[in-house]
Amino acid sequence: MTPPPIVIRVKQKRIAELVSSGKRLDGRGLTDYREIQVEVGVIERAEGSARVRLGKTEVMVGIKIETGQPFSDVPDKGVLTVNAELVPLASPTFEPGPPNENAIELARVVDRGIRESKAIELEKLCVEPGKNVFIVFIDVYVLNHDGNLIDASAMAALAALLNTKMFNYELEKGEIKIKPGYTPLPIINHPIAVTFAKINDKLIVDPWLEEEQVMDARLTMTLDKDGKICAIQKGGYGYFTTQQILEAAKIAREKTEELRKILVKG
Amino acid sequence: MPKRKTKKKKLKMLQKKPEKLIDKDDVRLDGRKLNELRPVKIEVGVLGNADGSAYIEQGKNKILAAVYGPKEVHPRHLALPDRAVLRCRYHMAPFSVDERKSPAPSRRELELSKVIREALEPSIFVEYYPRTSIDIFIEVLQADGGTRCAGITTASLALADAGIPMRDLVVACAAGKVDGCLALDLMDVEDKLGEADVPLALMPNLNAITLLQMDGSLTIEEFEKAINLALEGCKQLYTLQKEALKLKYVTVKEDLEE
Amino acid sequence: MPLFYEKKQLVTPGDLIAEDNYIAGDNTYKDDGKIYASRVGLVDYEARKVHVVALKAFYVPYVGDTVIGKVIEVTTGGWIIDINAPYFAMLRASDVIDRPFKPQTSDLPSIFDVGDIIIAQIVAYDRTRDPLLSVREPGLGKTMRGQLVEITPTKIPRVIGRKGSMVSMIKRETGCQITIGQNGLILISGKTPENERLAVMALHKIEDESHTSGLTDRVTEMLRKKKEDVEHA
Repeated sequence: MTPPPIVIRVKQKRIAELVSSGKRLDGRGLTDYREIQVEVGVIERAEGSARVRLGKTEVMVGIKIETGQPFSDVPDKGVLTVNAELVPLASPTFEPGPPNENAIELARVVDRGIRESKAIELEKLCVEPGKNVFIVFIDVYVLNHDGNLIDASAMAALAALLNTKMFNYELEKGEIKIKPGYTPLPIINHPIAVTFAKINDKLIVDPWLEEEQVMDARLTMTLDKDGKICAIQKGGYGYFTTQQILEAAKIAREKTEELRKILVKG
Repeated sequence: MPKRKTKKKKLKMLQKKPEKLIDKDDVRLDGRKLNELRPVKIEVGVLGNADGSAYIEQGKNKILAAVYGPKEVHPRHLALPDRAVLRCRYHMAPFSVDERKSPAPSRRELELSKVIREALEPSIFVEYYPRTSIDIFIEVLQADGGTRCAGITTASLALADAGIPMRDLVVACAAGKVDGCLALDLMDVEDKLGEADVPLALMPNLNAITLLQMDGSLTIEEFEKAINLALEGCKQLYTLQKEALKLKYVTVKEDLEE
Repeated sequence: MPLFYEKKQLVTPGDLIAEDNYIAGDNTYKDDGKIYASRVGLVDYEARKVHVVALKAFYVPYVGDTVIGKVIEVTTGGWIIDINAPYFAMLRASDVIDRPFKPQTSDLPSIFDVGDIIIAQIVAYDRTRDPLLSVREPGLGKTMRGQLVEITPTKIPRVIGRKGSMVSMIKRETGCQITIGQNGLILISGKTPENERLAVMALHKIEDESHTSGLTDRVTEMLRKKKEDVEHA
């Protein structure tokens, strides 16, 4: 576990003071997101891809689709798997090696949002029940860490999924034969994650790196297109009161609607 | 790569799936009411070598927690100059689940180790012991749902047993939605087949929630009810926690007064 | 004047002991005007200071304390001692060797070697460094014989007793030499192993029943009875 970087005490104080008076160092309101830029189809070799810039945080998601055996307890459904890499070039605090607890948590939170909202119609990804299904590999690649990797990754994953096209095929004697043309991946829900940081007992949305270094705790809520909660993850060394959690849920409902409009067009 | 299961096990699992989790009288598969905790048994100070330890049985869960520290950190470069480093390992024994689990730490265990550490840390006065480490080990000997919560409840007792100064005990419990009803303390089958699971950890005297996760699908209103149900469960467990902690001491006093 | 617990009541971490204008003593902490327990133990207070006598706590070094420790490493400049605390302690070679010493020619292991038990005093300790020991005072240094007993450090005052009454009684009844380290380690040296065993039993009894009254009498009685049993065996 890498020790957290040392934050300049004066800046720490300043950030906390500003938040107490409802402001942030970069001029944002407490519930404002940084500027969001979404690009899709950036990696042609992948079945789907997207790059999201959330302020200076940059995350790329690539989606590869392969075939394989289904899980035995759900023989007629496709498989979803999410992995995240905190690539060393993204931050001086990222070290090369297998995914550490932060990368694993990131992957699992993004996975939870997609899986629990049933965003992908996995039933439609069955080729031959019990034998052959499509496996959707979602790989989250963090390219620059400037705070709030969860929301950026979740957005990039959703954008990439909406961009994903599967090749057409037909079954010939139990083997897949590729036909010309593509079909979009069947996506029926749009989970969006909203992450809060708690600083001086106040909640702020979309913390950037220095706010994250100063925060007591973080709370992520993922909501689907009907405003239902499908995933929650508290992180960090502090705590929340019940009131703060319920307040966050209300703000999350608002913000996810805003963000969904940016990601899901038409 | 995703796990592959053999055909034989597939049949075994399909046979086990119950039709209903809650019957028409709101009684669950193990006979409990919706807002009832599983039977709990807690013991503190069970291991000889650890600085602190505790053991819990909650329904079919059997979980052991041990604490070592505060002690000098090895390797030295991991030490923090102004506080103790907290390390937590949540691990499931290979025989703890129906299908043998590989002893190598899984991604789930790594994530749980992290969130459990973050659930316990707010309660510990880590700033009292710079350049040391406090190591927490949670071993799940038998699992039946809600192991991260039971693990937290036990680990907090192990920390108190080790004499480590704390702001409060940490107690944890999960609530969820099963067959359309909100229920307390889900068992494994209820978690797997139900609609939502909300594990929560609390510092009871400070009213501070230190762990909160959720997976499934809940409206905000249902979520609020689930939190309140979990908090109720926590309060009941806290009473049992305190009793277990005091028990060692009280029996000596009673022996003497006879 | 809210005080929520009486003296000698058992509290657990997080229990609210007092509110408004009290001072937080040992094993308690103050937050927003309220005083909470931080360890399991018995409530006690004098005037407006509230503290908890901890049931179990590890030793935290304190300048001036006499401690008993085990040498675990010999370095070029001295020794590293395990004093049963969160930190290892240091004993500098210069503390023991009067003339300026050269690492190449001085044979430190011949003075204290790994595994030796030493009685020392803590002469320096703060948050930024490990405790520093000294063996200069008389009575300090390596011990060659005896048994080492470990009890939880919070019980040491009980082992000593008021004005040393408890430990003096044990010395008398068992004929053993007893050196007490504030860090919970106690050295017992007796004429026979049986005598030493009696002293060890007495110490463990004190540890188990430290929170009760009339302990000195009960320990004395136990020792006398055990000695009788041995004589009649």
